[in-house]
Amino acid sequence: MGYQVAADQGVALEAPVGRGASDRRGKISAFLAPKRKTRLALLLGAPMLWLVVAYLGSLGVLFASAFWTTDSFTGAVVHSYSLDNLREVYTQPLYRTVAVRTISVALLVTVLDALIAFPMAFYMSKVARPGIRQLLVVAVLTPLWASYLVKAYAWRSLLAPHGPLSWVAGGYTPGYGLAATVITLTYLWLPYMVIPIYAGFERVPRSLLEASSDLGASPYRTIRSVILPMVFPAIAAGSIFTFSLTLGDYIAVGIVGGKTQMLANVIYGQLVTANNQPLAAALATIPLIAIVLYLLLMRRTGALENV
Amino acid sequence: MELPSRLRWTLRLLAWIGLAFLYVPLLLVLLNAFNKSRTFGFPPTGLTLEWWRAAWRSEGARSALGTSVRAAIGATAIALVLGTMAAFAVQRYHFFGRSSISLLVILPIALPGIVTGIALNAAFRTVLDPLGIGFGLTTVIIGHATFCIVLVFNNVQARLRRMSGSLEEASADLGATGWQTFRMVTLPNLRSALFAGALLAFGLSFDEIVVTTFTSSPDVQTLPIWIFGNLFRPNQAPVVNVVAAVLIIAAVLPVWLALRLAGEDAASSRI
Repeated sequence: MGYQVAADQGVALEAPVGRGASDRRGKISAFLAPKRKTRLALLLGAPMLWLVVAYLGSLGVLFASAFWTTDSFTGAVVHSYSLDNLREVYTQPLYRTVAVRTISVALLVTVLDALIAFPMAFYMSKVARPGIRQLLVVAVLTPLWASYLVKAYAWRSLLAPHGPLSWVAGGYTPGYGLAATVITLTYLWLPYMVIPIYAGFERVPRSLLEASSDLGASPYRTIRSVILPMVFPAIAAGSIFTFSLTLGDYIAVGIVGGKTQMLANVIYGQLVTANNQPLAAALATIPLIAIVLYLLLMRRTGALENV
Repeated sequence: MELPSRLRWTLRLLAWIGLAFLYVPLLLVLLNAFNKSRTFGFPPTGLTLEWWRAAWRSEGARSALGTSVRAAIGATAIALVLGTMAAFAVQRYHFFGRSSISLLVILPIALPGIVTGIALNAAFRTVLDPLGIGFGLTTVIIGHATFCIVLVFNNVQARLRRMSGSLEEASADLGATGWQTFRMVTLPNLRSALFAGALLAFGLSFDEIVVTTFTSSPDVQTLPIWIFGNLFRPNQAPVVNVVAAVLIIAAVLPVWLALRLAGEDAASSRI
């Protein structure tokens, strides 16, 4: 890089001329820029130490512990290799039911979010006037910054037995349970879906819609044959958030879900209540595998370039 | 061309229904903060400012707010340094494994919080505990910084990609040292990207609850942990409502700041 060579010359040029402050600065920069490789090592060292050693190391410890067991008498973790935990997690009907429920909820939430977000993004990008558009972008982004807990809590009070929803609906409320969980999670992740789809619509040129209608396509046909294929990678990108955030959630489920158990609740229960860290680690492999599979699936749609 | 007017009206209607879906729950929380009734029956029997006074006096809420701010500042500072370093390395150098760095940086935020949380919990227990560093603010900051790095990294990397190297070359040609160039040319160009990254990191850390649950000690409570702990206590419910209302109002601030100072991209890069 030319910049590098020039910078080194800069040091050389300045050293004989300047004295005092500039000389010291020259030394600092000579210290900062001794060799390209050293500089790269200095730049990368700390972040890599943090992410590889601390973070990947932690993940490694976690998944190694899935092979450990707990002493049934003392509850202490025994460091002896065994496949028992993984076998239990992947064969027990209870865990299978919870896993299927969690993945179904994640898919349902994703579909609902896409259905709500699509017309919103369409309107923002192609119908609303520029001033309104800016306002709408802010309006969609702001709830993202409001506290997650507050939003889950808001649904708890909305769905309460004598809450606003039952007041409006004449005594009816879905109550706390699976339906409430789906509604709340759909609500929580909606902005994560709207924003990528909006960005996707921004990439659809208006002239293309005009061409489609000039050639005689109905609006429905234009949406299906022109817009959907172009916006689909953006929907897929948004779905990565809605899917993976739902898989890992246990707090909103705890707040509005009543007795509903999702994977993360079971993991939390094993870790904190049952104090069985190895089993919790084994359970954590389920969402991990599900997310990796989902990412691989979505990569084929070109979603990862749209995140 | 205009879209057919029936389609436009349908889209307008659906968009406003979507927005109502987003805002009705938030408005309800705002209303509840003034609700006279302790049980929040609906419609409210009357409005009062009493809970705001109670919240102002609440020791627990105040100290939790302090802890949250300290944790977010700590995590943001670490994320700024590490994220910027990693972004410079990836954007300015070619080296083996360069393409996997972005993936590595994103991983802590892409994996479910509970996986990151229990992984850090397991690691802290085995590594930091013997060193005498117990669970507390330090471990919370370490945990938060881990998933905040990506926000700074993304913003700085995007800016570096757009920034042409010729400015820095010019600076060097005019005799500036590497340090001078960095301080007087590179840094001012990066300022708004650093600001946007810091804002996002602060916001994410401030709102985080799952990783915090697994890396904190009972006596170190961040605001989300405090809210969660008091959510189901009838006595504390009015105060929780006020804190919730304040957090909703405060949410406007970062979006507005990001839009003003760094444009639409920065505001939506929370995603």
